Amino acid sequence: MGRFIVRRVISLIGVLIAITILVFALFQFLPHPELQLAGRFASPATLAHIRHQWGFDRPIYIRYVDTMKLIFTGKVISYDQQLNVDHELVQRLPATISLAVGAGIIWLSTGILFGLISAWRAGRWSDRALTVLSMIGVSMPVFFLGASLSYYIGDKLQFLPASDYVSIGSNPWEWLKHMIMPWFALSVLFIGVYSRVLRSTILDTINDDYVRTARAKGLSERQVMIRHVLRNSMIPIVSLFGLDFASVIGGGAILTESVFNLQGAGQFAATSVQQLDIPPVMVITIFGASAVVIIGALVDVVYAMLDPRIRL
Amino acid sequence: MTTSATGTELEAGAWTPDHAPGEELPPGIGPYRLALRRLRRNYVALAFGALFLVIVILCILAPVYSHIAHMGPNDENVDQATNAVGLPIGPTWKLSHFFLGADSVGRDVAVRLLYGGRNSLIVGALATLITIVLATVLGILAGYFRGPIDGLISRAFELIWAFPIYLLGIVLGLVLGLSGLDLGIVKIGGNSLLIPALIIGVITTPYVGKPIRGQVLGLREREFIDAARQQGLSHVQIMFSEILPNVTSTIIVFIPLVLANAILTEAGLSYLGAGVRPPNPSWGNMIGDGIHLLPAAVHTMLVPGIMLTLCVLGINVFGDGVRDALDPRAKIRIEH
Amino acid sequence: MSPLLEVDNLRVSFRTDEGVVQAVDGVSFTVEPGEVVAIVGESGSGKSVTAMTLMGLTRGVNAKFEGRAMFEGYDLVTLPDVDMRKVRGAGIAMVFQDPMSSLNPVQRIGKQIVEQIRTHDPEMSKAQALDRAIEMMERVGIPRPRDRARSFPHEFSGGMRQRVMIAMALSNSPKLLIADEPTTALDVTIQAQILDELRRLRETTDSGIILVTHDLGVVADIADRVVVMYAGRVVEQGTLDEIFYDPQHPYTWGLLGSITRVDSDRSERLPAIAGLPPSLLAPPEGCHFRPRCPHAFERCTEVPELTSRLSDAPQHLDRCWLEPERKRKLRQVGDRIGLASEEAEIS
Repeated sequence: MGRFIVRRVISLIGVLIAITILVFALFQFLPHPELQLAGRFASPATLAHIRHQWGFDRPIYIRYVDTMKLIFTGKVISYDQQLNVDHELVQRLPATISLAVGAGIIWLSTGILFGLISAWRAGRWSDRALTVLSMIGVSMPVFFLGASLSYYIGDKLQFLPASDYVSIGSNPWEWLKHMIMPWFALSVLFIGVYSRVLRSTILDTINDDYVRTARAKGLSERQVMIRHVLRNSMIPIVSLFGLDFASVIGGGAILTESVFNLQGAGQFAATSVQQLDIPPVMVITIFGASAVVIIGALVDVVYAMLDPRIRL
Repeated sequence: MTTSATGTELEAGAWTPDHAPGEELPPGIGPYRLALRRLRRNYVALAFGALFLVIVILCILAPVYSHIAHMGPNDENVDQATNAVGLPIGPTWKLSHFFLGADSVGRDVAVRLLYGGRNSLIVGALATLITIVLATVLGILAGYFRGPIDGLISRAFELIWAFPIYLLGIVLGLVLGLSGLDLGIVKIGGNSLLIPALIIGVITTPYVGKPIRGQVLGLREREFIDAARQQGLSHVQIMFSEILPNVTSTIIVFIPLVLANAILTEAGLSYLGAGVRPPNPSWGNMIGDGIHLLPAAVHTMLVPGIMLTLCVLGINVFGDGVRDALDPRAKIRIEH
Repeated sequence: MSPLLEVDNLRVSFRTDEGVVQAVDGVSFTVEPGEVVAIVGESGSGKSVTAMTLMGLTRGVNAKFEGRAMFEGYDLVTLPDVDMRKVRGAGIAMVFQDPMSSLNPVQRIGKQIVEQIRTHDPEMSKAQALDRAIEMMERVGIPRPRDRARSFPHEFSGGMRQRVMIAMALSNSPKLLIADEPTTALDVTIQAQILDELRRLRETTDSGIILVTHDLGVVADIADRVVVMYAGRVVEQGTLDEIFYDPQHPYTWGLLGSITRVDSDRSERLPAIAGLPPSLLAPPEGCHFRPRCPHAFERCTEVPELTSRLSDAPQHLDRCWLEPERKRKLRQVGDRIGLASEEAEIS
């Protein structure tokens, strides 16, 4: 197990470095990168400053080091939006994390619940109904669902606020009211996927030989279900959740944040793109991808703990 | 030691029969013909597949409808298209005149819907093609040769997969959209549909490539590969004649999934401005435009949204049916 | 001595979408303490269904049972689930065909054996149960059992895994061990070792063994009595010698004839029984073997009774209308027993 972790960490570091190189390389493709970085209202003085700061007057490998230094020491500035990117990110992170964590809890628990019900009542009415619901959930683009919810429940019926974010620190009740629809919109897709994955895993596992052996040992049906069928069926769900959660944190929340105007990190990336403001996009991409990879590595470790077969 | 007979495995409990009661299965029926028979009896999947087909046909007929409605997708007719309050009119349900209403600059929503559908479907289909081809080639190469080739391809998969799809899509959409793609021999303009198709296609490749690689790794261990080598077949011949047929069913199962995902991703990217670029319509950017008009003129958002959902739903349900047909699971099996 | 197990006219049918399948159609046999009874047949014969029914593993909404299976005074066929569970894994234990898939891949071996022990003796502490599990592993010849108890199934070889299954099955000292094709998934040398284990079990305890197999070599090695099944019915049963040296049913002749022998002429084709077993949804009228039997005659459209047709061997039963005298002639194919077919021998 220890060796597995070490190997995973080494691989992780390699990928992190590769991410930085890739993002760096991508941005070299832009026409006149230093102009793009300086923003629309660049003065010659700013341009010169940027050229020096970002290493445009140096060979490319030094430019890489300079760029990384800027990013990781929090000195990247967006001239267009007049802010320090890293500071802005830190301010916006709570919204993104609220969205991701809240939605994550909701979709994991609901997905598992629906999956269990569907498997238990396989073939019957409730199973079919849940399958239909999950099909629809999986087919709807999240921003369309979000916008529809925001319009019908927020604007028309005025049950819940249609947009914006209130931090939990300032008013927990309002925070909750503002997060319910975004949580729902983001979760629907995953609930659909998870319930179907769990359902089919359970139905497959029930027919596995070792379940038959468990019965032959004299275990009660309930013990067979919990100790063998469910425990083994949960393993792929754990792995799936880790990856999905990572990708939501890393950027999947962009669409939901934009629709509900949550002013999170994802929305920051989206608006920067629309304004063609490069520095924030670069920084968020690197951090976002890194978050995905790190969480992914954690998930691998947890998965290896649950399923010893993959420790080879 | 054993007799020549092959066994028949009995399946107890409810289970989907391969053929009608009493009907004899002709000998030598291959797994694909069998799957087709099963699929034919799955009315729900067929109905949704038909739904998807209808939508595709409607989109193909976009120019025909444009003629009927007397409006092109980018024609603006603000006078006729606004109501007393200055808002775009809602559906008139008259085929020849703003059947589904107008948008904020006076364009015919129904006409744009069909043209937009074309773009969304083209991007989706192209992206799917790219993903399937790349994933198959890379997956088979990685699984077959293993060693350094596998190392390289797997690292590439991991790297691409690490990028949250929208971040990478936005970045690429931004960079390539601004500057186009100039590979010397091939030049693609920033406005081309190929750009988002390429982006989505490449990003989705690891999703299919990894399972194919896994399957090929498993096949590699089997003796029939050694037997083929021993017969003198070259690597390429083996990959084509022995490995490829075995991963085909996996590929078939993935196609609807990838297509649905590609269409949804294109919508998301277009909504963010990094996909199909205006004024070219796509369902994604139409929904985006509609959202910006909220809370007024809901139809501008609802129409493309519902159409997109129906289209993807059709693909998903049909795809599910295909998957079930290729790999049915009896509820209980008892071996004698 | 009263028998351990007495199966009396067991019939099992399953309702499927395409009709009712009579998987087991009137099986009767006994197992005495210390005896090995082999149930022989090909896939589809009903042998596994019979074995699993004795453990109650075939119960379900679509299954119907008739007949009795008396074990320690209880009828296994009608025993309520609550009581059946007490029997499973303790009074009667089962070893399955494929040890890799029959063990939970994500649980340690020791834990899986302990589970069986503690299910039937919840008072026992985990430590004690583990000791007992290790003792069992040692008995079946697993080296360094205390270390290996912490291993996972995929860390064992096939033969070792099967030994683990046997250890697990024996952990509660069952009176009856049912082994369903225990050696089919293993290669021949390991097969010999597993059979040795079973033989040792028979010698050191009073347990009875039911061995379900399609491999006559295994049968000849270890069985005391043999039950031959075909398409759900018993077609012949008797002692090992009776079956091998005086077989009374054409199907048995075919099985015996298809055994390759070291001393047979190399230019002979491997004999096989022509045709395929019938679909149990629409079985042939009368004797199930009739369509494949070269010796069938008009009477065969009537279901033959399972009875002894030999005055000097009242326990040797068969289901064939042919006269015993005719049988002795018909079963001689060349210099050995077999089922005559259209093909002449090429010499």
